[in-house]
Amino acid sequence: MYSSSSVETPEIGQETRTAEELDLPWQVIVHNDPVNLMSYVTMVFQKVFALPREKAEKHMLEVHEQGRSVLWSGMRERGELYVQQLHGYLLLATLERTN
Amino acid sequence: MDIRRDQDCLEISELDPFLAELLRQIPESTNTEGAEGAKERIFSAPAATSEREICAEWKLYVEPELQRLFQTATETVASDLQQLNGSTKPFANCTLRIPRKNSEAWLSALNQARLVIAAKYNFTEGELCDHYRSPIGSRRDLGLFQVNFYGFLQEFILNELEKE
Repeated sequence: MYSSSSVETPEIGQETRTAEELDLPWQVIVHNDPVNLMSYVTMVFQKVFALPREKAEKHMLEVHEQGRSVLWSGMRERGELYVQQLHGYLLLATLERTN
Repeated sequence: MDIRRDQDCLEISELDPFLAELLRQIPESTNTEGAEGAKERIFSAPAATSEREICAEWKLYVEPELQRLFQTATETVASDLQQLNGSTKPFANCTLRIPRKNSEAWLSALNQARLVIAAKYNFTEGELCDHYRSPIGSRRDLGLFQVNFYGFLQEFILNELEKE
């Protein structure tokens, strides 16, 4: 039978970790570029992120009208891979910390 | 100029010598040598400069890979463009067939060329949207025409890819 008196009080310590240690989510951001065609950017979003056309278009319009769009967020390594793919298609993309 | 899908090819026929010459210039137009702005655009930073580790690793490992990727696409396009050198009559219209399997390489090379030309001439967004600008009175005007012509080809290739 469970008895609270038999449970030892845990020691409470303090730990400080940097954002890197915790591997906080990162964001993949695509920035506006007056040269790339809208249809081309939509196609790239569909290919790289396997997005349905409507969603890819929504992000493309966000880039076009607001200057940038967050396409993905998650762990750094995967984000770097996405940025590499986007640069392979010559899109202006960066990896940024989420905060 | 007529452009259509023909089985496993995209066929651009009735190409007059001027447009044929612009097509021949695609590989050369992707060259960023001596144009720092163009180089910066083609190999743009993957993160803010404060992310030193990411930027340093990128320069070391990713950039050479991207360089190879772009180079391969340009070489494929240059090889397809050899068709334009076969005409015995120097001012005759000609036909170019782009194999379907090379569509991605064409999209990449056309995009590289457009970005490099736009960076070299520092075109504004307004200029890039002005599709009816004429006549061509300077090398800069010709550059803008090239950007728009290559964009038209990109759009056509994209439309064809979408149909599949």
